[in-house]
Amino acid sequence: MRRFGPLETTGDRTAATTQPCPAGAVSEGDRVKIDATGGSDVAPADVTPLVQLVAPDGSRVAGPDDAALRERVAHLTTDDLRAMYRDMVLTRRFDDEATSLQRQGELALYAQSRGQEAAQVGSARALAAQDYVFPSYREHGVLHVRGVDPVDRLRLYRGEDHGGWDPNEHNVHLYTLVIGSHALHATGYAMGIQRDGLVGTGDATRDAAVVTYFGDGATSQGDVNEALVFAAVNNAPVVFFCQNNQWAISEPTTKQSRVPIYRRGEGFGIPSVRVDGNDVLACYAVTAEALERAHSGGGPTFVEAYTYRMGAHTTSDDPSRYRDLAEEEQWRRRDPVERLEALLRAEGGWDETWAAELQAEAEAYGERLRDGVRALGAPDVETMFENVYATDHAQVTAERAWFREYESATAGEEVAR
Amino acid sequence: MSTPTTTQTLTFARAITEGLRAALEQDGTAMLMGEDIGRLGGVFRVTDGLQKDFGEARVVDTPLAESGIVGTAIGLALRGYRPVCEIQFDGFVFPAYDQITTQLSKMRYRSRGRLEVPVVIRIPYGGGIGAVEHHSESPEALFAHTAGLRVVSPATPQDAYDMIRAAVASPDPVLFFEPKGRYWSKGEVTLGGPVPDAGTPGVLDTARVARAGDDVTLVAYGPTVATALKAADALAAEGTSAEVVDLRAISPLDVPAVAASVRRTGRCVVVHEAPSFLGVGAEIAARVSEECFYSLEAPVQRVAGFHAPYPVAKLEHEYLPSVDRVVDAVDRALSF
Repeated sequence: MRRFGPLETTGDRTAATTQPCPAGAVSEGDRVKIDATGGSDVAPADVTPLVQLVAPDGSRVAGPDDAALRERVAHLTTDDLRAMYRDMVLTRRFDDEATSLQRQGELALYAQSRGQEAAQVGSARALAAQDYVFPSYREHGVLHVRGVDPVDRLRLYRGEDHGGWDPNEHNVHLYTLVIGSHALHATGYAMGIQRDGLVGTGDATRDAAVVTYFGDGATSQGDVNEALVFAAVNNAPVVFFCQNNQWAISEPTTKQSRVPIYRRGEGFGIPSVRVDGNDVLACYAVTAEALERAHSGGGPTFVEAYTYRMGAHTTSDDPSRYRDLAEEEQWRRRDPVERLEALLRAEGGWDETWAAELQAEAEAYGERLRDGVRALGAPDVETMFENVYATDHAQVTAERAWFREYESATAGEEVAR
Repeated sequence: MSTPTTTQTLTFARAITEGLRAALEQDGTAMLMGEDIGRLGGVFRVTDGLQKDFGEARVVDTPLAESGIVGTAIGLALRGYRPVCEIQFDGFVFPAYDQITTQLSKMRYRSRGRLEVPVVIRIPYGGGIGAVEHHSESPEALFAHTAGLRVVSPATPQDAYDMIRAAVASPDPVLFFEPKGRYWSKGEVTLGGPVPDAGTPGVLDTARVARAGDDVTLVAYGPTVATALKAADALAAEGTSAEVVDLRAISPLDVPAVAASVRRTGRCVVVHEAPSFLGVGAEIAARVSEECFYSLEAPVQRVAGFHAPYPVAKLEHEYLPSVDRVVDAVDRALSF
């Protein structure tokens, strides 16, 4: 019988540490300019605070207000940074291979994560093993970090499965295609963690939390707003990780909100922060801070990772119809993978032999993925009647029996499809 | 787990309360969620006293957001809990319609059985109480049309008690439609005993014969079972013997029970408050024509709501299936 623990109703609700920077995120090619006037409450209209720890040129940023966040990445060694770089390189390889597989007719559809690797890898690297993830459908980097098999990640896009992996094996829920629905599932799951008494135990191996991923467009959905309401009033241990990739298919964020997205979280009384989504260390740091708050009983956090969808919405999309190449080029110069490479080079962590080995690993990884996807067959036809219900349902049983009979009676007689 | 049984006379609403109480006592993962269900005990008092007895973590007053209620219930179920959600009135379930149809109903299927979402959604439904708009509707067919959901509706206090316990114990999501017009009707209820449906088939997927008869089969569920029984009394006075089949479950539909009755009587009249067009009665008519074609003495008749929005309270008794309309339909079936 499940134990109902005491519900945490109080906690640290102070806002995450932020530093201001010019609106529109990272200034081109440079480290951010520091506006010393303070946090979001007093920021002038044209200044939006943004957490950034590594500038696009690979240099470390040391703002006056981000000491606590810098402390959160201080323990990361060169090997740790290389591991993050490897995650990002393999995630991008996964993206490229999957896109090719779709072009070759091996996948029905694919949604790229290109450009969002830092947001995904940085946040996922901050998770504890017992934390649970509710992704949208583009979180390939998160799934990579959590160890979900790359082939399994493409079963959905191949039309072989509506899910593809065992959620409880990796603490990663299935991809959810109805925008924002899973934000509520994440919040409910977090309410379950509260009832399990696994918040604020002080034991880092037991305290658990939930991270849910969604995009800028999803913040307009009722379900995301209701999730923020439920999380706030229940003080639920959930991190709302919004990847603002600037585009909801063809609609820019100005079609979703007249305030910076992160301020929507503030409106619900939830500590909220905008982070440079192309800075893997900043994403790691703010997620670690948010998870610490959740684990300790401080409740939810809203993170807006300011990033860019470098690719199309999906392989069915054509961005040339709604955005210009200059914008894409501007963001290409803020490539998150290149930024981490620049950091490694700047700090002596880059090694050509290691880099060559990683490229070879990526090649082999791609080949395994191609072979694995092509080897996937179609599920047995009768599986369409399975797991509709846990227990017998007369109509499903009768229709399956009819179908079986029909298939058997008409075997070899098909004249047309 | 079973407890000693006792028999009491209870209202329909109180029978559900006692069923919920038994579920909360016997299953530590069971919990209730909804608007005003805690200190107030629900607008119909169905959860009266339960928060006091089981605490705020298990009887949860939620924000006023139906999609949020069902969506978070799904998350709680994924974590191992058994949430029972109360939707305050039938017409207010639609903000949650997306969560119920795209998420709740498909989670098991989508995950190939790896995930289970044993969520119960209680919905007071039906008319006849003089209410304002959105408080008298019968949307059960909308949910029965979605695979993955079980849709049930009790008609007696005993079934209300048994079926809510079975619904909480069910590994499948259950839409539990409560005929609010019957909340204050009373009946003998045997409390305690093992959870029904420990073995299937049980109260969640079988019909019951509410009254035996030979000349015509009246098929009803929820609020119209009482209407059908009254009609059967009136028909008996005229010398017609009507059998009343209480479906209890709409999904799954107990077709063999209906067909067995109609094969004997040769006539079938379906009675429900929801509109007849594309409704449960249409499905039953199709099934009866498939199963009982050579036994039928007349086309299946339907007595149901009209294809118009639920009317104002001053007109609702013209809209709802009445004893007279049921008797009229039986007369048509008999004279065919």
